[in-house]
Amino acid sequence: MSTLSDPPKGSFRLSMLLNDTRYRSMTLQVIAAIILVSALGYLYSNLATNLREAGLNISFGFLGSSAGYDINQTLIDYNSQSTNLRAAFVGILNTLLVAFMACITATILGVFAGVLRLSNNWLVRKLMSFYVEIFRNIPVLIWIIIIFTIMTAVMPGPREFRGDEPTASMFMDLFAFTNRGVYTPAPYFTRGFGGGEGSALNWLLALAVLVASFFGARFMTKRANVVQEATGIRPNTLWTNLAIWLLPITVFCLILGLAWDIPVLKGFNFGGGIKIGGPLIALWLALSVYTGAFIAENVRAGIQAVSQGQTEAAAALGIRPRRVMSLVVLPQALRVIIPPLISQYLNITKNSSLAIVVGYADITATLGGITLNQTGRAIECVLLLMLFYLVISLTISTAMNVYNSSMKLKER
Amino acid sequence: MAEAAKLQVSDEIAISIQKMNKWYGTFHVLRDIDLTVHRGERIVICGPSGSGKSTLIRCINALEEHQKGSIEVDGTLLSSDLKNIDKIRSEVGMCFQHFNLFPHLTILENCTLAPIWVRKTPKKEAEEIAMHFLEKVKIPDQADKYPGQLSGGQQQRVAIARSLCMRPRIMLFDEPTSALDPEMIKEVLDTMIELAEEGMTMLCVTHEMGFARQVANRVIFMDQGQIVEQNEPEAFFNNPQSPRTQLFLSQILGH
Repeated sequence: MSTLSDPPKGSFRLSMLLNDTRYRSMTLQVIAAIILVSALGYLYSNLATNLREAGLNISFGFLGSSAGYDINQTLIDYNSQSTNLRAAFVGILNTLLVAFMACITATILGVFAGVLRLSNNWLVRKLMSFYVEIFRNIPVLIWIIIIFTIMTAVMPGPREFRGDEPTASMFMDLFAFTNRGVYTPAPYFTRGFGGGEGSALNWLLALAVLVASFFGARFMTKRANVVQEATGIRPNTLWTNLAIWLLPITVFCLILGLAWDIPVLKGFNFGGGIKIGGPLIALWLALSVYTGAFIAENVRAGIQAVSQGQTEAAAALGIRPRRVMSLVVLPQALRVIIPPLISQYLNITKNSSLAIVVGYADITATLGGITLNQTGRAIECVLLLMLFYLVISLTISTAMNVYNSSMKLKER
Repeated sequence: MAEAAKLQVSDEIAISIQKMNKWYGTFHVLRDIDLTVHRGERIVICGPSGSGKSTLIRCINALEEHQKGSIEVDGTLLSSDLKNIDKIRSEVGMCFQHFNLFPHLTILENCTLAPIWVRKTPKKEAEEIAMHFLEKVKIPDQADKYPGQLSGGQQQRVAIARSLCMRPRIMLFDEPTSALDPEMIKEVLDTMIELAEEGMTMLCVTHEMGFARQVANRVIFMDQGQIVEQNEPEAFFNNPQSPRTQLFLSQILGH
């Protein structure tokens, strides 16, 4: 028996593949897949043919051979006898270093500027708009060059610190700002474990102490919540938290005999201490101020996306402005701020490849630059570069998405 | 009802506004407002859009700043002193046209937020108070839901409960039923009537004239930033004095 709700049983016509909503999307997907596969196939056969005609092959053997070039700033041991693979790792670590530093400073700068752009103070508001508009509307490459040029042109050379009447002097006799970079004191332990002064074990222990402090502070916050739930009055956690953070690490440093290796002028250059190269500083500053301007706009948009009525309702209940911000506005603003923040972190990581213009040895400069030119393995190097950036970007994006879903609001 | 209501009004003055003026830039929103509200009094404020009625009640809890004249709430002078503003806000509750519930908190959390952070009430006690008032507005079973899951009428009743949790002595209502479907208006008005019967001092901006007749002991008509006319509801509706009031009433009661 046929009821009214039965669908009409029309016969299948070929035109339905395109016009019927039941088949249309599948048809289009099949067509797209065919186009994609044939395009890739064409590219691959093109590559294979050209390589064969040029007498070349694809091989990653060059990674094991000696690199033969020096790198001015390295986080791990490296010399010109090291392999290309190690040079690539030096580049990877340098990329990660500058990206990590820039992400942190850009976030601080961005949150600061974004909140202040909504200030009631006319001057502060305008200054922040000026910052945002100037820095995000000029390409980051130009900012890198400008900052690097200013540093090399304005800062004194090491020779100016020399002689009986030097024209430059070290800041507080601890820091030397030169056109080659900044030299800062290097910490080391005189009574450290593991014999050697530079043993990594000591640093791992210091890190462990800080992690312990972190959990201690978390515990204190939880305890404050419990006390507040029970008595209504929230205990002041500022001083206990300060003590939890500062005391253990200070005691640790005293026991192990923390000392500083202060940079001193030796011959034509400074020795001792830590050298932070000019290129790294220029790249880090440029990426920070440039991306900070974008983050400032994200933060401002996030705060403004929370309706005025929310603030008014909280104020009408007698809640103080600082609490209105932390209890009502920020929890709602964060869900608007975090997704674009992920894009900004990805931008910083990818823009760090502009390091090559100031001679900072990131992965693009080592593997994608010198190694590529010296070995001629262009396809292999570029493939590895793409793979690296893809992996890093996907990692950042996954981590941030996890954070985002933990911050995401449940509203129903 | 109207007779019984009048008996509850005491001589004690709850709100006293004198020669209050407010400007938005050069636009003169409120002109020489004089208004005295006694404890237990229920006042309905009506008037055409843009007449300054919302602005007037928003000045009372300092959501808007006034530039001239004085506002005194329960003997506390409203000045730029934060202490006074805090004191007044903790005594004056307010409900908004668009409810303004906090969407990221559950109904219960909406109600306990201010008692916990302003009144320093222990959480358990705050939750008991919240459940008490949620029962009063007849939605205790929704306590663990989020505002987005509730109907407009329910949301407005939560907003009323949220204000009551701070134990206010005065309630301000800014067009509480204007954003609601007709069938939800009644449940909100019923809650407000119940509140009025308990003797709460209320100032209500509304166009619900039935509510005004039933509950108010004074109706105020505002136009162009001024109080044009005020009277007891019967006299106000049956025998309006000024031509502007007559025109307004003929328009809103005419259909």
